[in-house]
Amino acid sequence: MSKRSLLHSRLLDITVSRLAQQLVEYHYPFENSVLLGMQPRGVFFASRIADKLEEILGHRVPLGKLDVTFYRDDFRRRIKPIKANTTEIPFPLENKRVILVDDVLYTGRTVRSALDAMIDFGRPAKVELLILIDRVYSRDLPIEPTYVGKHVNTLDSQRVLVEWKEQGAKEDNIWLINKEEA
Amino acid sequence: MSQALSVPHLLGIKSLTESDIQLIFETADEFKSVINRPIKKVPSLRDITIANIFFENSTRTKLSFELAEKRLSADVVNFSSGNSSVKKGETLLDTVNNILSMKVDMVVMRHSSPGAPHFLSRYIDANIVNAGDGTHEHPTQALLDTFSIREKLGDVSGKKVAILGDILHSRVALSNIFALQKLGAEVMVCGPNTLIPKYLGNLGVKITSNIREALHWCDVANVLRIQLERQHIKFFPSLREYSMHFGLNKQLLAELDKPITILHPGPINRGVEITSDVADSDHAIILDQVENGVAVRMAVLYLLASIRQN
Repeated sequence: MSKRSLLHSRLLDITVSRLAQQLVEYHYPFENSVLLGMQPRGVFFASRIADKLEEILGHRVPLGKLDVTFYRDDFRRRIKPIKANTTEIPFPLENKRVILVDDVLYTGRTVRSALDAMIDFGRPAKVELLILIDRVYSRDLPIEPTYVGKHVNTLDSQRVLVEWKEQGAKEDNIWLINKEEA
Repeated sequence: MSQALSVPHLLGIKSLTESDIQLIFETADEFKSVINRPIKKVPSLRDITIANIFFENSTRTKLSFELAEKRLSADVVNFSSGNSSVKKGETLLDTVNNILSMKVDMVVMRHSSPGAPHFLSRYIDANIVNAGDGTHEHPTQALLDTFSIREKLGDVSGKKVAILGDILHSRVALSNIFALQKLGAEVMVCGPNTLIPKYLGNLGVKITSNIREALHWCDVANVLRIQLERQHIKFFPSLREYSMHFGLNKQLLAELDKPITILHPGPINRGVEITSDVADSDHAIILDQVENGVAVRMAVLYLLASIRQN
């Protein structure tokens, strides 16, 4: 299995800072904006963004967790079922500007389920998508991110693996892995 | 993070592993938060049709299953034997095969014969959920009972649970014994000697016919109803006498040195196995059990349906 690092701790920190600055540009003073991290790994990324925003703004932007397991379109089509995670949205979504946050954007199907799941909590005024790694040219659905950390050209036979320190990794790292050599 | 049940059907707690039960609990936690939202529905089972086949009467279980199915967006068809071809002499297998020909993916069945769902599972492809088979098992009830204990006391492991009442005719008792033991709890049963099965001791449960002893020993008391409809001979002289010796009342609870949690699978016969002041007290979690029943059944249906069909 060969793997190549796409981003690691220091560069990643620079990317997170840039994305946070971009958000400030469009959302300042964040009166009506909220972050919504997608379970499981989008939540780690979203809390990094929230930390960085707090450094810049001096206050915390509301952060929720969204689990889309029950909304997926590949139910009964996967070989192994996915275990559900907690959904925790401690604020109403009605009329909010929601920044949906995930680590990797690939086919767009998870984001599609997230839009469905979100609507069950209320009608946001606007939904934006913030992505750390955009695997370009691989979309199954017409879904595109609003903010992107890094564009990566990948093959279907490859996989992007994100490791966060919060999960027990030694340091943050994002890998591009060739599957067939595994 | 992918995990699946080790079985394609929920026939009984006996065939589940401890990690199956934990997976059901963890999934039910998420469904419990779903059913407390303004929109209490998720689209997971939208391409699945479920037949609820009840050959025996049921109100709460049937309602609970139907709600669980609808909150998962499944299509639901109902069948009760009262007004059916069963009365005209059709066999169980024929009845179910007829229903399955109409493209049903899952069957929730209650039947008066122990083992009826096990028999069916050998002949049909659909996932089967046992909603009670005679005096044998009632797995979803045991799951929701243990889920409610876990919710109230934090954990099931290490707890002492007394099951009081008509053990002989109770499928709830047997399923609860299996579930509690798999989760690491100790079990004692208490009832008139005539209503305790002869070989129950082989399951490793404590047996007593002294309700005071059971109550002093336990952290949780699960009170069962006297199933007069299944008693074709006299097992005790009268309901009044049963109530005097085995009924749970406030005086008995006041004698204890600690509060205990009270469960009852319903329907309650107030003044027989439990008095109103106990059933309505803060230590009784009878209505929590009903609420948890929907979440637990959603978890069971969801997890069974998620096993891939080719």
